[in-house]
Amino acid sequence: MGGLRLRIGDNDMLILNSVEVVYSNVILVLRGVSLQVPEGAIVSLLGANGAGKTTTLKSISGLLGTELGDVTHGNIEFDGQRIDRSEPEDIVKLGIVQVMEGRRQFGHLSVEENLRAGAYTRHNGASLKRDLDMVYGYFPRLKALRRATSGYCSGGEQQMLVIGRALMAHPKLILLDEPSLGLAPLLVEEIFGIVKNINEEEGTSVLLVEQNAMAALGIASYGYVMENGRVVLDGSAEKLRENEDIREFYLGLSQLGKRKSYREVKHYKRRKRWLG
Amino acid sequence: MSEFISLVVNGILIGGVYALVGLAIVVIYKSSSVFNFAVGDFVMWGGFVMWTFLVAFDLPIWASILFAVVVMAIIGLLTNRLLISPMAGQPLLAVVLLTLGLSYLLKGVHSAAWGPTWKAFPPLLPSGKLTLGSISFSADYMWCFIIAMVAFGIFSYLFQRTRMGLAMRATAEDHQLARSTGISVKTIFSATWILAALLCLVAGVLLGSVNNLGPQLADIGLKGFPVVLFGGLESVVGCIVGGIVVGVLENLGAAYLNPLVGGGIEEVVPFVVMLLVLMFKPYGLFGLKRIERL
Ligand SMILES: Nc1ncnc2c1ncn2[C@@H]1O[C@H](COP(=O)(O)OP(=O)(O)OP(=O)(O)O)[C@@H](O)[C@H]1O
Ligand SMILES: [Mg+2]
Repeated sequence: MGGLRLRIGDNDMLILNSVEVVYSNVILVLRGVSLQVPEGAIVSLLGANGAGKTTTLKSISGLLGTELGDVTHGNIEFDGQRIDRSEPEDIVKLGIVQVMEGRRQFGHLSVEENLRAGAYTRHNGASLKRDLDMVYGYFPRLKALRRATSGYCSGGEQQMLVIGRALMAHPKLILLDEPSLGLAPLLVEEIFGIVKNINEEEGTSVLLVEQNAMAALGIASYGYVMENGRVVLDGSAEKLRENEDIREFYLGLSQLGKRKSYREVKHYKRRKRWLG
Repeated sequence: MSEFISLVVNGILIGGVYALVGLAIVVIYKSSSVFNFAVGDFVMWGGFVMWTFLVAFDLPIWASILFAVVVMAIIGLLTNRLLISPMAGQPLLAVVLLTLGLSYLLKGVHSAAWGPTWKAFPPLLPSGKLTLGSISFSADYMWCFIIAMVAFGIFSYLFQRTRMGLAMRATAEDHQLARSTGISVKTIFSATWILAALLCLVAGVLLGSVNNLGPQLADIGLKGFPVVLFGGLESVVGCIVGGIVVGVLENLGAAYLNPLVGGGIEEVVPFVVMLLVLMFKPYGLFGLKRIERL
C-alpha cells in the first residue's frame, strides 16, 4: 500500500494516519485507514455496505464516542492539530461538521429552526440573518418551506436542509455521508451540483461518502475506495472512473460500458431503500 | 351553581402553580428522559430557602429573591453535575431511582436545617376576597395565578425564542444530532436542571404564601405527576391544561365528595381521572405525535 499517500508539502487540511477504530472494546472496524483531504478539495470515499465509511467520518467528527467507539491506533490531524481525542462540540468549533447518513434532522422543529440550530457554535446574532440568506441562496426551496415542520418535508428537501444546516456553522470541512441515499437521479444531480457550487464559492472542503460512485466521482477531484475497514485503492477521480475494478464492482459497469449484473443492481437498490 | 363556579375558578387559579411544578418535570424529561421524582422536594426547598433569606435573615424582598435564585440554581446545577451526569450511560431506570433517593436526601437535609415546624411568610400577596358577580375567590390565589403565568411566559420565551431554548429543543429530539451541530448536551442538561429548580422556587414561594410553609409542601410532587401525565410528558402547553385540570378536580372533590367519604378525597380524584385519561390516551392529552415519515 501507498507510498502514494505520503506526499509531503502539499496543503492537506485533514490527515488520517493509519486510524484503527474499535467499537465496544471488541469490534474492530477500521484496520488502519490513511487518507488526506487537501484544503478546498472535494474528496470522495467509496465502498460497499459495511466497509467502514460512516465509521471513518465519525472518527473524524468525534461522534464515535457517542456510539462506544474508540480510535485505538493512529491519529487524526486537522489544520495541524490532533483531534482524535476531542469532543464533537469542539471539533465543530474547529470547523468540521458531519452531515449524518439518512438526512438526520430535528423533525419537530421548523426548517428555519433546524438551520439556526446549525449555527449554535456561532454567537453572532447579526450574521445569522446573512447566513440564512446564504443558505436560502443555495437552496431556494428551503426559503419557501422555512416555517414547515422539517419532519414532514420530502426526502430531497430534507437532504438540502441538512446540508444547509451544516453550512450555518461556517465549516472549513463538511463530512457528507451518502447524500444521494433514496433520492431520484435528477435530484441527486441537482444536490451534487449545489455541493460543487458551495465548494467553489465558499471554499468549503468536502469529504463525500457515497455508494453512488458515478455521481461522487463526477464532482470530486480525488477518491479513496474502502473495503473491510481498509483503503484498498485511491487515485484522482478521472483515474478511478476509468479503473476496471471500480467500473465493475462499484459502478456496476463492464468493459463494454453496460451494466454487468442488472439483477444485482436492483437488489442493491431495494436494500438501500430498507436501510433508509 | 355559583358555589360550583367559585370552586372551579379557585381550582383554575391554584392550578396555575401546579402547572409550574409540571413544567419543572417536563423541562428535564424532554431533554434527558429523566423523570425527576424529587420535584416536590425542590418546591419545598424553594419555599424554605426564600423564607430563610426573607424572614430568618430579614433581608429586603429583592435581595431575598436574588439570593434564593442563586441558591436554587446552584442546587439544580449540583444535582446534575454530582448525581445525574456521572450516571450517563447507565440504565435510565437507575437514574430515575436516583432522583427518588435524592428526594429522601433533600427531605433529610431539610429537616436537619429547618426542623419539622411550619413557618410563615409575611404577607407577600394582597389578601382578601374578590367577588365577580356571584363568584368569589381570594385575591392571593389570583395573584398566585398571575405570577405563575408570568413565570410560564418567561419560560416559554426562553424555550421558544432564544439560542439556549432552541438548543434545548434540539437536544430533546436527538442527542447525537445535537452534538453533531456543536451543541454541548452536558451544558444543556445542566441548564434544564437549573431552570427546573427555579420553576420550583417560584412554585414553592407561591404555595408557601397562600398556605403555610412546611415539610408537607414536598407532597406537591405528587400533584405534579398527574399534571404532566394529563398533559403528556413532553408537552409544555399540556402542563397548563394539566395543572388547571388537577386544581379544579381537587377543589370539586374536596367540596362534593369529601362530605360523603369523610375527607382526603381531593388527593385521590386527580389520580383516578388521570388513570382514566391514560386508558384512552396513553400519551396524555397533548402527547407528542411521533412523526412517522422519516
Ligand atoms: N456503533 C457500532 N457498534 C458496533 N459495530 C458497529 C457500529 N457502527 C458500525 N458498526 C459496524 O462497523 C462496520 C462498518 O460500518 P459503517 O457504518 O462504518 O459502514 P459503511 O461503510 O458506512 O456502510 P453503509 O454503506 O451501509 O452505510 C459494520 O460492520 C457495522 O456493523
Ligand atoms: Mg454508512
